[in-house]
Amino acid sequence: MNAATETLRFVRAQEVDAAPPPNLVRGPLAWIRENLFSGPVNTILTLIALYLIYILFPPIIRFLFIDAVWTGSNRDACRPDTAGHAVGACWAYIWSKLNYFIYGSYPAAERWRVNLFFLLLAVGVAWMLWLDAPKRAWGAVYFFAVFPILAFVLLTGSDWLRLSHVPTSLWGGILVTIVVSTVGIVFALPLGIVLALGRRSKLPIIRIFSVIFIEFVRGVPLITVLFMANTMLPLFLPEGVTVDRLLRPLVGVAIFASAYMAEVVRGGLQAIPKGQYEGAMSLGLNYWQMNVFIVLPQALKIVIPGIVNTFIGLFKDTTLVAIVGIFDLIRTIEASRVDPNWSAPTINATGYAFAAMFYFVFCWGMSRYSIAVERRLAAGQHR
Amino acid sequence: MKRMIATIAIGLAASLSATAASAQATLNNVKQKGFLTCGSNTGLAGFGVPDAQGNWTGLDVDLCRAIAAAIFNDPTKVRFIPLSAKDRFTALQSGEVDVLVRNTTWTMSRDTQLGLDFTGVNYYDGQGFMVRKKLGVSSAKELNGASVCTQQGTTTELNLADYFRANNMKYEVVAFVGADETFDAYNAGRCDAFTTDASGLYATRLKAASPEEHIVLPEIISKEPLGPSVRHGDNQWGDIVRWTHYAMLNAEELGVTKANVDQMTKNDNPEIKRLLGSEGKFGEAIGLTNDWALRIVKHVGNYAEIFEKNVGSGSQLKIQRGQNALWTKGGLQYAPPVR
Repeated sequence: MNAATETLRFVRAQEVDAAPPPNLVRGPLAWIRENLFSGPVNTILTLIALYLIYILFPPIIRFLFIDAVWTGSNRDACRPDTAGHAVGACWAYIWSKLNYFIYGSYPAAERWRVNLFFLLLAVGVAWMLWLDAPKRAWGAVYFFAVFPILAFVLLTGSDWLRLSHVPTSLWGGILVTIVVSTVGIVFALPLGIVLALGRRSKLPIIRIFSVIFIEFVRGVPLITVLFMANTMLPLFLPEGVTVDRLLRPLVGVAIFASAYMAEVVRGGLQAIPKGQYEGAMSLGLNYWQMNVFIVLPQALKIVIPGIVNTFIGLFKDTTLVAIVGIFDLIRTIEASRVDPNWSAPTINATGYAFAAMFYFVFCWGMSRYSIAVERRLAAGQHR
Repeated sequence: MKRMIATIAIGLAASLSATAASAQATLNNVKQKGFLTCGSNTGLAGFGVPDAQGNWTGLDVDLCRAIAAAIFNDPTKVRFIPLSAKDRFTALQSGEVDVLVRNTTWTMSRDTQLGLDFTGVNYYDGQGFMVRKKLGVSSAKELNGASVCTQQGTTTELNLADYFRANNMKYEVVAFVGADETFDAYNAGRCDAFTTDASGLYATRLKAASPEEHIVLPEIISKEPLGPSVRHGDNQWGDIVRWTHYAMLNAEELGVTKANVDQMTKNDNPEIKRLLGSEGKFGEAIGLTNDWALRIVKHVGNYAEIFEKNVGSGSQLKIQRGQNALWTKGGLQYAPPVR
């Protein structure tokens, strides 16, 4: 009886776990289905892409790593007939010439000065770029005022500090690439802002000057400016008067970059609504206060991608100085790849692969940084 | 565009040469600066190549060092300004470099119209052919019907046409824009023969997967005398550059080497005595010290030594002396006597 009343009952005290969704809507398989094979067109594109990866990647990996030669002291290590196997990239050559690629012909005993320059630059860049860094205002002073003077004294030398004088004709390699692009970047932004403001100025002479300058520089290819600087300029100067060979393209690159930067900044200025200007004026701010505190901070924020894009372009354009005989990284590779002691079938490709990696790492770094800054600055105003 | 700029630049250079000619003071300038400025190549195997530490080496580079040694008794007191083919003459004209030693072919138009003077020939080059050994060809005369890889728009292409027409042979030209592409095409079997300057043939052959499979044919079909040049008008400076090369040739001829030069000063041979300055005042006559040639040989070496070290048996290039042998050995290198 008891047993009869005690019918089996079950009240579930806990909630049942939801059954997992079918495999086709969740997990990697579903992701693949949704993103790669969602329709006939996408399926075909995916297959084509996979096929291209299949064709392109194995040879590249094989060339760069599997068949690569990592150690060796001369060309014998990198030639298939003496090495006894297929030879890909000859990293031994890069390793052997690395000092030349970094410092050019900078005297070996003085190379610590170049290293110190790289360190000072890295400190300045980190200080400027790290948004939470302490005393960032001082960072700007350091980067735009203290660092250039320090770098100049350090690299060229000074009698006062008993640093021997190193002529720029001995500079080369990554040192020159970094110097040219740093000078371009350091000068381009301030000059570009001034030119952009000048172009929108109500004062006719300033406006006309800015317009002529910007349009003239943008209307000429950089390569022409460099040729003018290095081939024609010496003819116009009186004999015996020479402008340093490295300084000439430096000035050319800085002028060039600032004209492009001016147009980028002007784009930002135009995007600021009129109300911002009127509001600033109604507060009694003068022209400079209005621009520095109200307009420019907003305008520059809008054009961060454009600014970084210009910097990346500038960084890669520095290779053009190679054509006028300045020994930047590309030129040092070109000069050393003809060395008979390292003549081998893959030396050219190895040299250029090294250059490609160098430029990629820097440009990719710049682009990632700009994306991070954009996200942070735009955090409050997602649309 | 580039060509236009070059033309304008050369025209300007020629017109400016009149003013440059008045300067007789290059030697004083160099002494005052404390170093020689030498226009050099931006990278050419055997003639100007940076070593692992970035120091320039090569046949042209050694001539610059020899001039510095003659003036300063120190071969390191020279600054190299690597020049592209377009910049080189303007750099010399404008006084940016004191001497141009950059494998420049001595031609009449350059010598007479650009306001510069060639002072000699430190390397006799000329266009040659390279073929695969298995082609079984031992002379360029046997290349009838061959396809030849060459660089587009260069004198190389014109010389090639002249040579084949003069010898009444048929050929097919396969031309490319760049030097590397040209060689790659030859290497890939696109043509039977590859042609460029002989020194370049030896350098590019090293880039082949197995260099021994290729041979350089003995015929030289063009004249490419490469030599140093100076500004027109400063004759004393021209003399110094000219006789620096001659001193190295005379040293070779007389058996004076880097190693034995100090003992040779005690030698009784009057020619050696005059060369090394223990007799006569030949150095002072060109504004230097009388031991000028001694300094050159001691610091840099004689011509044979720099040839073998940079392009000959002591280097990877292994170029034969050929036309660059002394006149006593059937070559063209001939130096007037020091007397």
